[in-house]
Amino acid sequence: MMESGFHGCDLDDSLKCKLEESGTQNTHSVMEKAAAWFRSRSIFVVAYGTGCGAIEMPPTFTSRYDAERMGVVGVATPRQADLIILSGYLAYKTLRRVIRTYEQMQKPKYIITLGSCPINGGMYWDSYNTIKKLDDYLPVDVSVVGCMPRPEAVIDGFSLLQKRIKNGEKAGWEKYDENLDFYKKNQKRVLGNHVDPSYETDWYNLENGSEV
Amino acid sequence: MIFQIILLIMLAYVVGFIYMGLYRNITARIQGRYGPTVYQTFYDSIKLFSKKNSVSYGWMFYLGPVIMATGAVLTLILVPVFSDSDFLRSVTTQGNLFLLLYLMVLGPLGNALAVGTGGNPFGVMGVVRGLTRLIGLELPFYIAVVGLIIASNSSDIVHIIDLQKTTGLNILVHPFLFIAAMISMVGFFGASPFDIPGAPQEVYSGPRTEFSGKFLALLMSQGSIFAFAKLVLIIDLFLGGADSLWMLVIKTFAIFITIIFIGIVYGRYKVEQAVDFLMKIPTLIGVIGLVRIIWFG
Repeated sequence: MMESGFHGCDLDDSLKCKLEESGTQNTHSVMEKAAAWFRSRSIFVVAYGTGCGAIEMPPTFTSRYDAERMGVVGVATPRQADLIILSGYLAYKTLRRVIRTYEQMQKPKYIITLGSCPINGGMYWDSYNTIKKLDDYLPVDVSVVGCMPRPEAVIDGFSLLQKRIKNGEKAGWEKYDENLDFYKKNQKRVLGNHVDPSYETDWYNLENGSEV
Repeated sequence: MIFQIILLIMLAYVVGFIYMGLYRNITARIQGRYGPTVYQTFYDSIKLFSKKNSVSYGWMFYLGPVIMATGAVLTLILVPVFSDSDFLRSVTTQGNLFLLLYLMVLGPLGNALAVGTGGNPFGVMGVVRGLTRLIGLELPFYIAVVGLIIASNSSDIVHIIDLQKTTGLNILVHPFLFIAAMISMVGFFGASPFDIPGAPQEVYSGPRTEFSGKFLALLMSQGSIFAFAKLVLIIDLFLGGADSLWMLVIKTFAIFITIIFIGIVYGRYKVEQAVDFLMKIPTLIGVIGLVRIIWFG
């Protein structure tokens, strides 16, 4: 039996719920559909080079593979970005900065991870200071597997993300908004009370959330 | 008149954005890439306008892009677009070159006020670099404009255009002034070697670092409108204006592609190198042109 997720589904109709979750259409009006199309054609990337995958990003964006022909352009600051690429394992210290960077980005925003480390820990599965499953801490939209994925695979990940944006499927940032308690609890579990930006709300300062 | 102004802004928006798209496409082709489509800047602009905005630094921060857009639009409506017809010329009788030169620096000042409020160190660094560069950029351009005013005995752009029909194009009559103005125009377009304020590897996006979503889109839009206005100003002053839409496109594109090629070939100057260069070579060329006008007619 599939385990009940954190999206408020009952165990009985969990399969139906999963299906709805994967194909939720958020675009109804013509304007929203047009905006989704333009959004898919223009993706500003802030490339957060953690781990070994950072080396795959320069060929993806420069003359050899040229992601700019798909409208995917690198930008310098998270304020202007739509997409953050996390290219490998995340240590607790890195995760703290990544959360801060992600929350500085303006909605709609997406996450692509490269390699197997952000999926299940990869070769760092028993490390004392890296996280294993990034999806518990930040909502991942597309995971490009491989160790490391070639630039072709990264571009395939871009086109998958573009397809999902164009179809108006439910994106990670919406899940993050809806399930902020879940994500913040997990972040607090590994990072302690010092997660940027600081939240002043009651649920965040609950005692049972702090295990470190 | 209001209708004409709106039509002119729409024309400048479309032409300016297609030129910015061409800039990216031609740069990519020269670098051996396929490059984005010509309409890519439209996609970027519309996407940015559709983004949510949840950052606040107070009202001055948000007024900055508006001041910049005001400067760009005012510059645009004071430059006569077509030389022969009265179409889109109803406003241009109100202003002259002096007012135009004043309005062209309104944008950087608005930018400086806004970025100072944001407080991002990279933004402040970008603004300081931009204003320092402006000292160097303005000098040769003002010398060229003053030379043209002396030569045609008028500060009215329409008069300067009309005079070129009898005396010949200013690019041939006053080539030194054209070279001085053109070098400084490369800098006004933010092309290499004068792309110091937003130097990507040094100060991230420079003044645009903290701007996101709709405000970044407004900055991009005013940038392309302003680019079109500057191109039209150059062809009015030196290439005898344009009497039809085709001539407008051909002449502005000729100037634009020159700027693209210069920008791709050269690397980036440091701030002091740029000011040093601009105060020596183009200023000297401009002074030669000025002396030539005053002493030899």
